[in-house]
Amino acid sequence: MRSVMFRFHVCAGEIFELKAELNSDKKEKKKEAVKKVIASMTVGKDVSALFPDVVNCMQTDNLELKKLVYLYLMNYAKSQPDMAIMAVNTFVKDCEDPNPLIRALAVRTMGCIRVDKITEYLCEPLRKCLKDEDPYVRKTAAVCVAKLHDINAQLVEDQGFLDTLKDLISDSNPMVVANAVAALSEIAESHPNSNLLDLNPQSINKLLTALNECTEWGQIFILDCLANYTPRDDRESQSICERVTPRLSHANSAVVLSAVKVLMKFMEMLPKDLDYYGTLLKKLAPPLVTLLSAEPELQYVALRNINLIVQKRPEILKHEMKVFFVKYNDPIYVKLEKLDIMIRLASQANIAQVLAELKEYATEVDVDFVRKAVRAIGRCAIKVEQSAERCVSTLLDLIQTKVNYVVQEAIVVIKDIFRKYPNKYESVIATLCENLDSLDEPEARAAMIWIVGEYAERIDNADELLESFLEGFHDESTQVQLQLLTAIVKLFLKKPTETQELVQQVLSLATQDSDNPDLRDRGYIYWRLLSTDPVAAKEVVLAEKPLISEETDLIEPTLLEELICHIGTLASVYHKPPSAFVEGSRGVMHKRLPAQGTECPDVGNAAGGSAPEAAPSIIPSQGDLLGDLLNLDLPAVLLPLFNTNCSSYGILYPQVWLPAMKAKGLEISGTFARRAGVIQMELVLTNKAMSVMTDFAIQFNRNSFGLAPAGPLQVLTPLGPNQTIEVSLPLSTVGPVMKMDPLNNLQVAVKNNIDVFYFSCQYPISMLFVEDGKMERQVFLATWKDIPNDNESQFQIQDCHLNSASNKLQGSNIFTIAKRTVEGQDMLYMSIKLSNGIWVLAELKVQAGNPNYTISLKCRAPEVSQCVFQCYEAVLKN
Amino acid sequence: MIGGLFIYNHKGEVLISRVYRDDIGRNAVDAFRVNVIHARQQVRSPVTNIARTSFFHVKRSNIWLAAVTKQNVNAAMVFEFLYKMCDVMTAYFGKISEENIKNNFVLIYELLDEILDFGYPQNSETGALKTFITQTGIKSQSKEEQSQITSQVTGQIGWRREGIKYRRNELFLDVLESVNLLMSPQGQVLSAHVSGRVVMKSYLSGMPECKFGMNDKIVIDKQGKGGEGATGQSIAIDDCTFHQCVRLSKFDAERSISFIPPDGECELMRYRTTKDIILPFRVIPLVREVGRTKLEVKVVIKSNFKPSLLAQKIEVRIPTPLNTSGVQVICMKGKAKYKASENAIVWKIKRMAGMKESQISAEIELLPTNDKKKWARPPISMNFEVPFAPSGLKVRYLKVFEPKLNYSDHDVIKWVRYIGRSGIYETRC
Repeated sequence: MRSVMFRFHVCAGEIFELKAELNSDKKEKKKEAVKKVIASMTVGKDVSALFPDVVNCMQTDNLELKKLVYLYLMNYAKSQPDMAIMAVNTFVKDCEDPNPLIRALAVRTMGCIRVDKITEYLCEPLRKCLKDEDPYVRKTAAVCVAKLHDINAQLVEDQGFLDTLKDLISDSNPMVVANAVAALSEIAESHPNSNLLDLNPQSINKLLTALNECTEWGQIFILDCLANYTPRDDRESQSICERVTPRLSHANSAVVLSAVKVLMKFMEMLPKDLDYYGTLLKKLAPPLVTLLSAEPELQYVALRNINLIVQKRPEILKHEMKVFFVKYNDPIYVKLEKLDIMIRLASQANIAQVLAELKEYATEVDVDFVRKAVRAIGRCAIKVEQSAERCVSTLLDLIQTKVNYVVQEAIVVIKDIFRKYPNKYESVIATLCENLDSLDEPEARAAMIWIVGEYAERIDNADELLESFLEGFHDESTQVQLQLLTAIVKLFLKKPTETQELVQQVLSLATQDSDNPDLRDRGYIYWRLLSTDPVAAKEVVLAEKPLISEETDLIEPTLLEELICHIGTLASVYHKPPSAFVEGSRGVMHKRLPAQGTECPDVGNAAGGSAPEAAPSIIPSQGDLLGDLLNLDLPAVLLPLFNTNCSSYGILYPQVWLPAMKAKGLEISGTFARRAGVIQMELVLTNKAMSVMTDFAIQFNRNSFGLAPAGPLQVLTPLGPNQTIEVSLPLSTVGPVMKMDPLNNLQVAVKNNIDVFYFSCQYPISMLFVEDGKMERQVFLATWKDIPNDNESQFQIQDCHLNSASNKLQGSNIFTIAKRTVEGQDMLYMSIKLSNGIWVLAELKVQAGNPNYTISLKCRAPEVSQCVFQCYEAVLKN
Repeated sequence: MIGGLFIYNHKGEVLISRVYRDDIGRNAVDAFRVNVIHARQQVRSPVTNIARTSFFHVKRSNIWLAAVTKQNVNAAMVFEFLYKMCDVMTAYFGKISEENIKNNFVLIYELLDEILDFGYPQNSETGALKTFITQTGIKSQSKEEQSQITSQVTGQIGWRREGIKYRRNELFLDVLESVNLLMSPQGQVLSAHVSGRVVMKSYLSGMPECKFGMNDKIVIDKQGKGGEGATGQSIAIDDCTFHQCVRLSKFDAERSISFIPPDGECELMRYRTTKDIILPFRVIPLVREVGRTKLEVKVVIKSNFKPSLLAQKIEVRIPTPLNTSGVQVICMKGKAKYKASENAIVWKIKRMAGMKESQISAEIELLPTNDKKKWARPPISMNFEVPFAPSGLKVRYLKVFEPKLNYSDHDVIKWVRYIGRSGIYETRC
């Protein structure tokens, strides 16, 4: 009977025919008719019109027919809720059937029907089934609770099903335990803060026991659940690891990967000097390698995960380079992933082998793969210095092939090699220039232009080369335009005589004819620099560039940690946190690795083995134009801009001290204040990156007045993406002293889990004016006379309209000691004491009707006068 | 968890569609067809994300199986499940083809209902499934039978039912290895490994407790310490994985392999070795470009095993450039042919004894082309079958205990066979 081939079309006539057959008396005919209905349903035909007729077939002893009718019901009940009620009685009856298979079938199907009225009737049978004597029924009922929760979460809670489900974790049957764990884990995900799973050493022990006995799928559920647990201490962590490691020999790759996840996570808590830690590391490598002999789709999942593991713990696979060599018949997605891992594992020890392989790959056919191979050769050069020379010569060989995309890719990486090893491989420039015409991709053109500009003095016809690009300036991509602008300015600074016209041309193209604000701004910056101070321009544009780092495409540490907690899942395949691709609240909770309890609370430290200071910085990608502008070419241009802003506009408004693009997404702005005798640094931290930031700390460089943080930076909660936090940092003045220029300059280092960032800011010196700065009249007079006149400086404060200057000044701890009026002029005598004990004496002349005040400052340390004057100005004008 | 499972034919017509979760709509079926099956470019990943819905797919001949989800599921599990699904279907109705699927769609729905519940994979051992999902319709079962089924499906030993009886207790062990090699043109081994499988076919009564032993270096060394000196015939196993019947914790603790096997055939163990591999053949290529329109190729193969053993089904595949116009071949042994459609010279030898050598030489005429792209020179690949295990693995014992029935280990008839096959056995030229 099964051999009947169905035509996959249903027309009105056929519906009629089916109706007749469904109502036939003959059982076989009925069954065949239902089969036809299901076949139509599969291909998406609407057979809902047959609903009553199909439901009528439900009352049958034939299990196969019953299953078919149920299948139909699951599909159409939602569209015909009123008629679906007709089925309820049969369901309820079936839940009492003596055959456990039928009881389970009924409860399983009922849970799949999302009709409120049916759900109501489900509760009683479900309650019974959860306590059924047959494990098959119980394991089905456990899943049914998750189904019901998906339809009506409140109902599940009200009916107390969650508690019953929790009880099933202690069930004697391992499959019931596994399904209960799966259901609870899923329900818990939608209640992130509930303590549903209530993992404690006792329940963990139960799970570990069930782990040995249940099916492969059950083992996966249990391991995935275990991974959410945080052991109390390293001993517990070790004992769980010991019981999980046997799973690494399971034939099912998913069991292996889930076990790896648990181990990777719990390993964080183990002290590194423990013997067991080393043993565990050794045990992880073989199963990971074995995953590579699985089917290609699983290899892909495994490789994406290995990519994460290699970033987190490179030591595990450092000797296994060979297994990642690409096979000729690997599917392309496996090849690309293997290549990625090869670059990560490349080191001085294996570089010869790796290079030989990469060269081989660069002659393959798949364009993406070849490109990646070429790029990989460049990365090797940057990563392993000893190999640089061979890499460059390999790249030159590849350029000689004249295969267009190979040449372009090679030029892009050679640019990076020049950045890493300046003045070493410039002899190849001539070869590169030969290929100028064949470059049609923006990235390659930009790279070539950068090279020409950077080495303009060694390329005789640099001006001609750049001019040739200039012709189609407006058709180029922004990346190329920006690079061309910078390159021509560089050229001009190096060979000013011949290239004046060229630079004029590019500046006017960039500033007048372009709609792109980045390009225009860069054009104006150059223009102004060149016109005001060519020497400064030279210093800025031709400044020494910071070295580029060895590692690229590294995943941000916080994201990496989160992804490690998601090993084996889709998140680890996409290399994105679940929130990036899962809708709604499910799975959005960020997971974190546990910290190693006793020794080192800093996860970054415990994990990577290297202090965060040493964490490699990431090369901004070429597409990131603003990053490019700030980091690559003009490091010095913008910093002074920020600093001058600080001092001239007063300090009351928060200034942006550290823009986000200079600090991997962390933006810091702030201001200073003195409150109740305590100097406060008010910081506003904004996370503009994708991942969570934690572990903030702050430090100052030595400075003129010994300012130092009086306590740690109080950022207790992790800073989520797009979150802003305001913190007050009390400062003391007892830190180490070093004279700064300007005097009130403060260099600050801020650390978080990602990196360390540096910025400098200027504080108003009035912060340092202490409360007991009022001098005795007599002492004032004596001191005034005592300080030599050379130390006196006079300033003008213009446009000041104040009735009572002295009150205002007193608020800033500038104390008026005496006042006298001479010939319509008010003479105010004031004293100030700085936190380091320096006294400043002042004489303020105010003439009635004249908004311009004159101030004379006298001090034993005349350097401070300028700063003090600025304070006066700020206070009086505010 | 898995939200839905679809099966398509090569045209993208849906043959089976089963939705488990409410968040997966009917449009998901079409999204996969349009974006993956009908995609212009070659598929670049087995996982595709379309509008926040993730699709996992595997292909068997020209049938597409796709699992769909909107959650952050365990990706490895989904693929393992898809493979398992293929195994189950094959066990029920043979090859996975459009016709077989159409003819068995009711069965497939029934299976899908059983092995996935709300997207959670359930027991999918065919041995267990076949006791209650049959193609002949369910017979009326007695109460005992029913509870036996349910306890087997959910039980600790889900892969074997009780009460099996054979008149003759017999078991067959096949050690099947595939030896993989990548060699440089100069004869340097770039990478070599053996991936092996121990396949067991058992016809044993009752619930037999089995213990399997092999010349695992770790075990031999341990025993060597205790008594007589190690024989030196042991092998180092890099890693091994086991069928779910094997007690993993016992292996982890004592490295002993003990289990109650499923009835009939099962893959007991998979392993991988990389040390001291016997490479059965060596390929020595010599390619010379004579001008722009001619290539001279000479390939020597050497067999490297005991002269008393015979290798079979030897095939050497020598790739030729795309612009080949004609080929002349001379070989000492076997038959060689140029296959234009495959861009290769295929040289076949039926049998070859150990420690022998054979040679082929070919002249390849080329059409002049303007193609700037160089010929990628794919590696020379080889296929063969040898009657020994290239890893050196030896089965030392397989002991059977069945305390409840009256047969002993000695009464069981046991057979062992070793087959070594080529995996990816390539030499660059």
